[in-house]
Amino acid sequence: MNFAFSEEQEELRRTVRQFLEAKSPETEVRRLMETTEGYDPSVWKQMGQELGLQGLAIPEEFGGQGYTFIELGIVLEEMGRVLLCAPYFASAVLAGNAILNAGTDAQKSALLPGIASGDTIAALAFTEPSGKWDAAGITLEAAESGGRYTLSGEKMFVIDGHVADLIVVVARTAGTTGADGISFFTVRGDAEGLTRTSLSTMDMTRKQAKLEFNNVAAEPLGTPGSGWPAFSKTLDQAAVALSNEMMGGAQKVLEMSVEYAKVRVQFGRPIGSFQAIKHKCADMLLEVESGKSAAYYASWAAAEDNDELPVVAALSKAYCSEAYFHATAENIQIHGGIGFTWEHPAHLYFKRAKSSEIYLGDPTYHRELLAQRIGI
Amino acid sequence: MDFVDTPAEAAFRAEVRAWLGEHLTGEFAALGPGNGPSDETGWEVRVEWEKLLGADHWVGLTWAKEYGGRAANLAEQIIFNEEYTRANAPTRISFFGEGLFAPTLIQFGTDAQKQRFLPKIQRVEELWCQGFSEPNAGSDLANIQTRATLDGDEWVITGQKVWTTLAHRADWCFVVCRTDPDSKSHHGLTYLLCPMDQPGIEVRPLRQMTGSSEFNEVFFDGARTAKENALGPVGEGWKVAMATLGFERGTAFMSSQLAFEGEYAELLEIAQKNGAAEQPALRDELAQRYVGLQVMKYNGMRMLTNLVKRGDVGPEASIGKLFWTTWHRNFGETAMRVLGADALTVQRAQGREYEIDDLHYIFMASRAETIYAGASEIQRNIIGERVLGLPREPR
Repeated sequence: MNFAFSEEQEELRRTVRQFLEAKSPETEVRRLMETTEGYDPSVWKQMGQELGLQGLAIPEEFGGQGYTFIELGIVLEEMGRVLLCAPYFASAVLAGNAILNAGTDAQKSALLPGIASGDTIAALAFTEPSGKWDAAGITLEAAESGGRYTLSGEKMFVIDGHVADLIVVVARTAGTTGADGISFFTVRGDAEGLTRTSLSTMDMTRKQAKLEFNNVAAEPLGTPGSGWPAFSKTLDQAAVALSNEMMGGAQKVLEMSVEYAKVRVQFGRPIGSFQAIKHKCADMLLEVESGKSAAYYASWAAAEDNDELPVVAALSKAYCSEAYFHATAENIQIHGGIGFTWEHPAHLYFKRAKSSEIYLGDPTYHRELLAQRIGI
Repeated sequence: MDFVDTPAEAAFRAEVRAWLGEHLTGEFAALGPGNGPSDETGWEVRVEWEKLLGADHWVGLTWAKEYGGRAANLAEQIIFNEEYTRANAPTRISFFGEGLFAPTLIQFGTDAQKQRFLPKIQRVEELWCQGFSEPNAGSDLANIQTRATLDGDEWVITGQKVWTTLAHRADWCFVVCRTDPDSKSHHGLTYLLCPMDQPGIEVRPLRQMTGSSEFNEVFFDGARTAKENALGPVGEGWKVAMATLGFERGTAFMSSQLAFEGEYAELLEIAQKNGAAEQPALRDELAQRYVGLQVMKYNGMRMLTNLVKRGDVGPEASIGKLFWTTWHRNFGETAMRVLGADALTVQRAQGREYEIDDLHYIFMASRAETIYAGASEIQRNIIGERVLGLPREPR
């Protein structure tokens, strides 16, 4: 038994942290969050060409680096730490895994190399205005005529959907419900009949779009109608990836709190010497470290692609969401008034934490998934 | 990352399993895990079982062979604990000797002390109890007032210890005493080893809210022990005591998670039968407890990896202690809610003076867990000051 990262993995973390500290300081996060696109194309290019991050977990035969979900988790943790504004989660995690899970080898060969290099930005459009994160939430029907498919309907909360070159759409075949009939399609970002609207997001560091499909011609990805296992797995992988990303942010706000508690003096002593503050920090550490344990273990299960994945994905999303949000909320409280200002970064993490908690389903939703999966 | 046994570990696991399969039968198997090291049910049979374990060198597994151990490595100790818990084997009565005192002795003891004490712990010929807490030294453990002075070749001990688990069964006590009368706080303390069977010691049981009396008050009135029975340097007992507490907070409870898995499975079965599992709020609560139980397991595996790599658990042990005790307390409360009206009465009477069921016991006993071995508030201080580097309170 060895529950630790290898030296090579630690080296990856150091490299990515160094890169992100240089390329995504708070000033850049604040600049990009005010833009519509929400990312810096030159940094995105460097991530792909110099560090190979977008293709990290994509197999070499499809143009990637061939590393595992464990390495992907490390990168996401570092991105969460600095609130990197980039379509990485959308492209490398959501869309990339959807294609790996659903596509034929020929489709993977055609689509993944562009995602791996960063030349293609891809997004996964699945959620609809109902805000449901499961199969029942997919109501957009694909119309078939002579082997050709068209999509009509609306997708919401599509992360980075407004800048994506390639949209992977989760729809269903006509007349189906639930897990039956779930189907994947690909559509170009500039496809005829597709209207993309940037949404104003509570978390300005992660952009979302509304996509309206009006008879948009779509290419099936895999076999239409039998996409549920691939979709379910994509959601589990996304939950694991987001758990890791959240823990990067949680660690960062813990560090902010502890640093501030050491230097902020009230009543003639650093506030961190008061048990009221010290115990908050201790509880934050307990939750952050526990969240990391869950997220890392979930990364391992995803890397192994074993039977544990559905259970650990649900439990890590539930635990990490609460740990992250609690840490960001305590961070504001520990900072006092300054923590409530626009100028201080505390609110950026607070908003990212709440959005991440809700995205893919909140902790109650994931505990219900867990309950079903372990047979409560 | 790798969560699979090596071939050597798998072989060791098979050996443990086979041994338990062969020996844990009849009245031994009937004992079951009971309710922690302080549960006295079936005492004589438990002593007999423990001696059987000792005879085949499962007690003191990691110790050198000259002390009766197997010189096993840490991974093997963990495997043994896992298999032992999984087999529903009786909770170990030599917990305080084997689990807390022996590791401290191995770290601080002289060769003569190790020769004297380890083999008898290993053969389960001598049981130990822990003399730390006092009426005025609870969370402020350094405020120890029990005094010891040298009288010729002997220490003479006077004072009172409290919450001393199994003191009435123990042959020896490791007792922290103030040996420098002018000292304060953690200075001037010495870690003494004192025989229990003597006129200068009186043990009085303390009845707990669970109705049982594993805890005791121990009165030392001129109790005597040989001069050489100081563990570690005279005046530096605090450092030695902290090592014992480190073991108590860290490694000693590492297999608790597995025991909790069993408790959870039992509660889940009840919840499925009585419909609680279908009731949305309770269903969510049961899922929360499951999340915590698994996170506890993952935390434990990370801690163990660090332990193997670094050689010690360090102050992070406090995270583990805080996590499991909080979880278990919450679990006890969930259990009462799941039982519903059935929690009001006792389902399986066992002829005790104050009758309760196992889940009642967990519900109540878990209130002690967040207090002993350093209350949760003390663990948070340790985490804040020693892990996060926050400033201490002015004193």
